[in-house]
Amino acid sequence: MAQLTHIRNFSIVAHIDHGKSTLADRLIQMTGTVAARDMKAQLLDSMDIERERGITIKANSVRIEYPAKDGETYILNLIDTPGHVDFAYEVSRSMQAVEGSLLVVDASQGVEAQTLANVYQALDADHEIVPVLNKVDLPAADCDRVAEQIEDVIGIDATDAIQISAKTGVGIPDVLEAIVQRLPCPEGERDAPLKAMLVDSWYDPYLGVVVMIRVMDGVIKKGDEIRMMQTDAKYRIDKLAVLRPKMEDIAELGPGEIGILTASIKQVRDTKVGDTITHDKKRTAEALPGFAPSVPVVFCGLFPVDNAEFEDLRDAIEKLALNDASFSFEMETSAALGFGFRCGFLGLLHLEVIRDRIEREYQIELITTAPSVVYHVHMKDGTMAELHNPADMPDMTLIDHLEEPRIKATIMVPDEYLGDVLKLCQERRGIQIDLTYAGSRAMTVYDLPLNEVVFDFYDRLKSVTKGYASFDYQMEGYREDHLVKMQVLVNEEPVDALSIMVHRDRAEQRGRAMCEKLKELIPRHMFKIPIQAAIGGRVIARETLSAMRKDVTAKCYGGDATRKKKLLEKQKAGKKKMRQFGKVDIPQEAFISALKMDG
Amino acid sequence: MTRLGLYIHWPYCQAKCPYCDFNSHVVRSIDMDAWADAYLSEIKQLSEITEGRVLSSVFFGGGTPSLMSRDLVARVMDAIRSAWPIANDWEVTLEANPTSVEADRFAAYRMAGVNRISMGAQALNDTDLRRLGRLHTVAEARDAFAVARDAFDRVSFDLIYARQDQSLAAWEDELGQALEMSIDHLSLYQLTIEPGTAFGDRFAKGGLAGLPDEDLAADMYELTQRMCNAAGMPAYEVSNHARPGAESQHNLIYWTGADYIGIGPGAHGRLTLGGKRYATVSESAPVQWLSMVSKSDLSPTSWDVLSADDQISEALMMGLRLNSGVALERLAQLGADLDDRIAPLVEAGFLKVDDQALQTTSEGRIMLNAVLRELIAG
Repeated sequence: MAQLTHIRNFSIVAHIDHGKSTLADRLIQMTGTVAARDMKAQLLDSMDIERERGITIKANSVRIEYPAKDGETYILNLIDTPGHVDFAYEVSRSMQAVEGSLLVVDASQGVEAQTLANVYQALDADHEIVPVLNKVDLPAADCDRVAEQIEDVIGIDATDAIQISAKTGVGIPDVLEAIVQRLPCPEGERDAPLKAMLVDSWYDPYLGVVVMIRVMDGVIKKGDEIRMMQTDAKYRIDKLAVLRPKMEDIAELGPGEIGILTASIKQVRDTKVGDTITHDKKRTAEALPGFAPSVPVVFCGLFPVDNAEFEDLRDAIEKLALNDASFSFEMETSAALGFGFRCGFLGLLHLEVIRDRIEREYQIELITTAPSVVYHVHMKDGTMAELHNPADMPDMTLIDHLEEPRIKATIMVPDEYLGDVLKLCQERRGIQIDLTYAGSRAMTVYDLPLNEVVFDFYDRLKSVTKGYASFDYQMEGYREDHLVKMQVLVNEEPVDALSIMVHRDRAEQRGRAMCEKLKELIPRHMFKIPIQAAIGGRVIARETLSAMRKDVTAKCYGGDATRKKKLLEKQKAGKKKMRQFGKVDIPQEAFISALKMDG
Repeated sequence: MTRLGLYIHWPYCQAKCPYCDFNSHVVRSIDMDAWADAYLSEIKQLSEITEGRVLSSVFFGGGTPSLMSRDLVARVMDAIRSAWPIANDWEVTLEANPTSVEADRFAAYRMAGVNRISMGAQALNDTDLRRLGRLHTVAEARDAFAVARDAFDRVSFDLIYARQDQSLAAWEDELGQALEMSIDHLSLYQLTIEPGTAFGDRFAKGGLAGLPDEDLAADMYELTQRMCNAAGMPAYEVSNHARPGAESQHNLIYWTGADYIGIGPGAHGRLTLGGKRYATVSESAPVQWLSMVSKSDLSPTSWDVLSADDQISEALMMGLRLNSGVALERLAQLGADLDDRIAPLVEAGFLKVDDQALQTTSEGRIMLNAVLRELIAG
């Protein structure tokens, strides 16, 4: 068992691409934790999608032994946290599990919005923060400017910022030394009843559910009977180990230590991030503060392009849910799209990751319907219902009012693009809270409806700022507004998958845009097709797709029969890929593209 | 027994046109005797298989058959006449490019037995002829037409419209000029961008600006019908117009589902033998085809039996191109059960049925592909 004075627990806070994973790789490599021949890039990011997108979705940890300059050997536990706002709660728990953070900022880029959100989480967890300026080897690196920016924007002292290049290895020994010298050691009572935090959990095909824990007080051993305080479930520990980053069995874990356990837990769903683990017999009096169940905030329908793949989709979703408790699903039927699932996600990135994994790992082509947030529908009888799907909207006459979730968005952008960013936020019903400058970068904070952000806000932001803006947000609760359900009728029939919730003042504009888009996306048919947007029974926008006028093969002689027959068969197959709605064939891409707002 | 036609494919051109997706090739020199031997050998083979049938038409297509030597055409024609009994009113068509060199051979082709010329005029506008990659001028085409008119009773020519930057008024003017010529048959094709052609490549890369949109193309098609009707040359098929009685007998064989033999590289055939209908297709590379024909143990042609469904599809696909439509009797013989599919299309005004035939209306013909997608099972 390690002594508290010889343990340092830390996380790394950084914006995407600022070098978090590379720095972690270097720390692992330089301390000889992993043999050189086993090194691969982004050691801690195990999923393909994590490596590919350069993001971390699941928390991970690594235990490093470091012989410091003072002659003592220290145990350094690095928790690699997800960096994205979708996983803000998971990040906050990881932050609570460590005492300090390395704040890594790209010396050629400066502080970004995501850095801010995560550094605030570290500050909330009372972390000691060591600023690290990475990529100092780049010609564009400007350490003085970036250090000043850290002080201005974040408000922490950056005079002792460590200058490194994770790529070349310059400065890494200084980082290791700073972890030991500048970060505090953990505190805890060895003799107190066991109190450990469930930091994260995942499903391992060989071991079942693996739980990452941080021991606060007491000692945990293999074979112990433990109790999860939130779920009130009892388990016996089958395996206790540390990650280096390969799993290495350990006899016990004491205060300040971080490791993993398995205990014949069936589903990841049975473990709650932030839960308190204690001994079944000798329980701790108080659970750890800050626990919150994870709640999906964005919902959308996932339908197989080929209806015959519905069972495969069910299988894929169930398998993914095994490893991801924050993702919810239930069966949904749509007149337009057939059978599918209504799925709930922590945010848009989470949605994209799950969708990508289904398409990639299970090879099922998907139609994704418009993401929707969760509305609070207050009925006249005083009850409140959550609305996950505009299609389920109750009769308007029974509704007293609707509330929608709002977010506080922080956007950092070079000042030449500020005007466009402000315009975009205003268009999306934003209310400006703050606008400050740090050098030539502006930082603006907006109160925005989540509904206006879930769909294509980030794409639009990237396009109006040529990719120079960074964006982060946090949930800010619910507020009443004048929201209505807008339906789209194609050839006089409502298409459920195209229903959206929209603010009344924006309805005409959205309706017109959607009708115009659909007119472009739906191919001409043999008859003319009215495309309408309506609120209740009232049509607020209308376009007419004219009938097809000409579709005939000019030349068809004896040598063409075989070829033209194949072409017709191909066209028929193409038609089958579209969704038939009444007599109208609607191409798949229409269900998403119709909702994109171009400007 | 149904009527029988013979198609002979000549695969060579002087230059490949950028819009053409036919089996055509450009070579420096051609051994005419080798080709004559090969055609003769195939004629012998096929006439044995179709023994007892009367030949009602021959069509020399290509490529550019007017590049065939006088002697080659004469040898082939002699061989055909001795291989099959010939109908009294048989039609023998040869496709020709309208240049003076080729027009010089017209008299000899006439002597050999060709009685109808189909000329690839394509445009009556020199700028557009160049854009279409044609080697002749309007003046040459008019001269060649005059020569053909003297040599043959029946002359047809092709025009391609709905070209780049072509206005409705420009086409009206051009078609008016064509209808003033002393002509009995016109093939009027809307330019189609086919994948795998030079135009197809340019189009895929975003080139070929100024092609008409669907509405202008429809307007052009409708104008074409009005003008040709007024000039006494109504359409009898989607793209073919004739004075009554001057319809191409050979092409009617294709559209009515009669039998035809295909000889030459890439040639297709349809033959009814022993109660089965066969689709044939020959090796398309000219040199390969030649060498396969010269070896007695190798056939350049593959034969496939067409299922009833295939035959129904073809009957509809080809027959509905004609004003006269598909004979109900033929559909009944093939066991087609289409009533549920036909009824809504009749209702919508795209098809009509009388006691003889299923026909497209003029509204249905211009949207034939859409009609077929509804009609053909699949």
